Amino acid sequence: MGALTPEVMARSLSQVLGFILAIALVLALLEGYVYLLFFRRPRSLLGAIFTRTVQGAMAAFLLLLVLRFLDRMGLIADLVAALGLAPLLAFPERAWAAWSAFSPMPWRLLLPFFLILALELLIYLTGEPRPSRLGLAYVLILPALIGISFLIVIPFLFEVRLAFSNMAMYTAQNPEFGLRYGVENFIKVFTGPVAKDATFFEVFGRTVLWTVINVFFHVTGGLILALLLNRPMRLRGLYRTILILPWAVPSTITAMAWRNEFDFRYGLFNILLRNAQQFFTDLAAQTQSLPLVYDLFAWLSQAVHPVPWRQDPTWAFISVVMTNVWLGIPFMMVVILGGLQSISQEYYEAAEIDGASKWQQFRHITLPLLRPVLVPATILGTVWTFNRFEVIYLVTQGGPQEKTDILVSSLYKAIFQFYRYGFSAAFALVIFFILLLWSIFYLRITKGLRGIYE
Amino acid sequence: MKGKGFWPSAVEAPAAPARPWPRLQLRALFYRPRGDSPVKRLFIHLALWVACLIAVYPVLRVVTISLRPANKLLTTSLAIIPEDATLANYIELLFGRPGRPTEFYLWIWNSLIITVTTATVGLLLSATAAYAFSRFRFPGRAAGLIFLLSTQMFPAAMLLLPLFIMISRLGLINSYLGLVIAYSVTAVPFSIWMLKGYYDTIPRDLEEAALIDGASRLGVLWHIIRPLSTPALAIAFLFNFMSSWNEYIVARIILNKREMYTWPLGLWTFTEQYTVLWGKFAAASILVAVPVTLLFLYSSRWLISGLTLGGVKE
Repeated sequence: MGALTPEVMARSLSQVLGFILAIALVLALLEGYVYLLFFRRPRSLLGAIFTRTVQGAMAAFLLLLVLRFLDRMGLIADLVAALGLAPLLAFPERAWAAWSAFSPMPWRLLLPFFLILALELLIYLTGEPRPSRLGLAYVLILPALIGISFLIVIPFLFEVRLAFSNMAMYTAQNPEFGLRYGVENFIKVFTGPVAKDATFFEVFGRTVLWTVINVFFHVTGGLILALLLNRPMRLRGLYRTILILPWAVPSTITAMAWRNEFDFRYGLFNILLRNAQQFFTDLAAQTQSLPLVYDLFAWLSQAVHPVPWRQDPTWAFISVVMTNVWLGIPFMMVVILGGLQSISQEYYEAAEIDGASKWQQFRHITLPLLRPVLVPATILGTVWTFNRFEVIYLVTQGGPQEKTDILVSSLYKAIFQFYRYGFSAAFALVIFFILLLWSIFYLRITKGLRGIYE
Repeated sequence: MKGKGFWPSAVEAPAAPARPWPRLQLRALFYRPRGDSPVKRLFIHLALWVACLIAVYPVLRVVTISLRPANKLLTTSLAIIPEDATLANYIELLFGRPGRPTEFYLWIWNSLIITVTTATVGLLLSATAAYAFSRFRFPGRAAGLIFLLSTQMFPAAMLLLPLFIMISRLGLINSYLGLVIAYSVTAVPFSIWMLKGYYDTIPRDLEEAALIDGASRLGVLWHIIRPLSTPALAIAFLFNFMSSWNEYIVARIILNKREMYTWPLGLWTFTEQYTVLWGKFAAASILVAVPVTLLFLYSSRWLISGLTLGGVKE
């Protein structure tokens, strides 16, 4: 049982600070390298030979390191075997082992750093300034380029490779790769169960339903609240603050809180339903003499009853949708409120003079002028809802019998409950293509690319 | 733009313009009231009250549960302040029981370490690139921006499998760094996109004037852009902080040692025990939620404008 002690704090701080420092130092060296490449030109022939040799050696070494990293991740095993690169790729590690045996700890890391720094300084001193129009852009881009390649591009390529493998629980250490496995995986995505029982199309249909219902309620709810709030009145700030509370409170907490409220006996909703049922039963008992009224209350006391939120698939689905709607309305409200406030009041005054009704004003002024905010917000909201399975995971965990799973939560299950890695990679790629189609549509509609090409 | 050296000479920085971004939209407060009738106003207030009740009640229920004594945890009462309200849950959480020190601080600490590191790394990798995307027209720019935009569209869960395998092959399961890497996957592209949106709002005249006066591009970056971008960097930091602070699902697969748990995982352990410790769970939720919620509400205006610049942009 761990308590927070000074030793724990010191250890974690040193680990993390070391990490940040390492990133910063490596970035600094790489930035220096790229800067010299663009902005310095050797002054003499001797300088040129020296500069280009050092730069070439550094580039080769960097390439070797990257290849070694890819190899260690198991990404280029075929290439390595085919070209007999294994001894070459082992070189950085052997060099490092030899170096570590030879030097004590802080110097082990610091000396290479200073060595490279000294070489770069030498290149700087033996060169003269060289004008470069775009050099600075690449110097500035470099950190992000490195970060994104390692965080997104390489994992994505890895995923594509995994999709063409038979990697699963028992073959996690030495999976086989091949086109055959890839075809098999993709066929299985569409024909077999994606998690335990549910099939792809069933889950996909539910995902679409989940997205449409959620976004519909997010936008209508947000629009109504924003319209109500968009007027001078008392307590406006207070209302606004309270209404964004569902967004502000950490969603892990609210999702777990809602989960409790769906308990059959002690959850809020069933307590309310039970009380309502009691209320109607009492009323029915008191109005026995009035025929029609009695029938109504008797019917109500039958119709209103506590609901098995956890056991019944439909009610379970309703419960996750309710939770997610509650969580998502504030964001839309705030976005729409921002849009409403940028609509000039003069339009409404002019419309009022012309005798337009409130509905006509809404229909012909508010909605069209809100469009630039509403359309991208809706489409982005769609993607977020499509992707967000946190609520499902925390409230129902996809149950009962996977009847509340959406695509992304099935994917999560396929990976971390059933350990079907190769299959899951193919599944993830299928989801990727669905979203890709949708985002192309998004970019067409909102002309989101306009700003890029200008 | 002749570079005079790596470090720019001192440039007389022009006065910073009014910050274009963190600014209240006051217009709404000044327009002429439309003169709604009292009845209509009453109904509007009534509707808003109901909405507020729905927004607040689930949160209030958590407060209620946290105040209940252990023997009255399961009840069908709807009272907000329960009978026999007690702070025992909070006390046990904060000070532990004899012979069993509390883990609460450790979880908070772990969360803090991971979140702050993620936010820092996110900024470290993204701040300069965002500026380049905003100001330079270089080969690869359009492709890069489309790539960044599309990363906003895809779920983090999509890359979870390869990341998980890579992180475990690097031996980073159950370490802060493993989770920092996993969170950076979304933090870095998001920060670039958001900061680019911010730099787009800074007028170019400033930089052009400085360039004409003989400043180098690096000088402009350091003396003009850097001071102007502090608020944006703070917002990007806050954003990345918020999104990884609350994260549960990814943390669950990267961390499985109890000493490494972040607070969402820690809280979840209360619900997984033989007898579910709802009281303790609720008390912990409140203790964690109050500061974060206040921070969010305080900074919501900037967070929202940041999100608008980052994603929902026409």
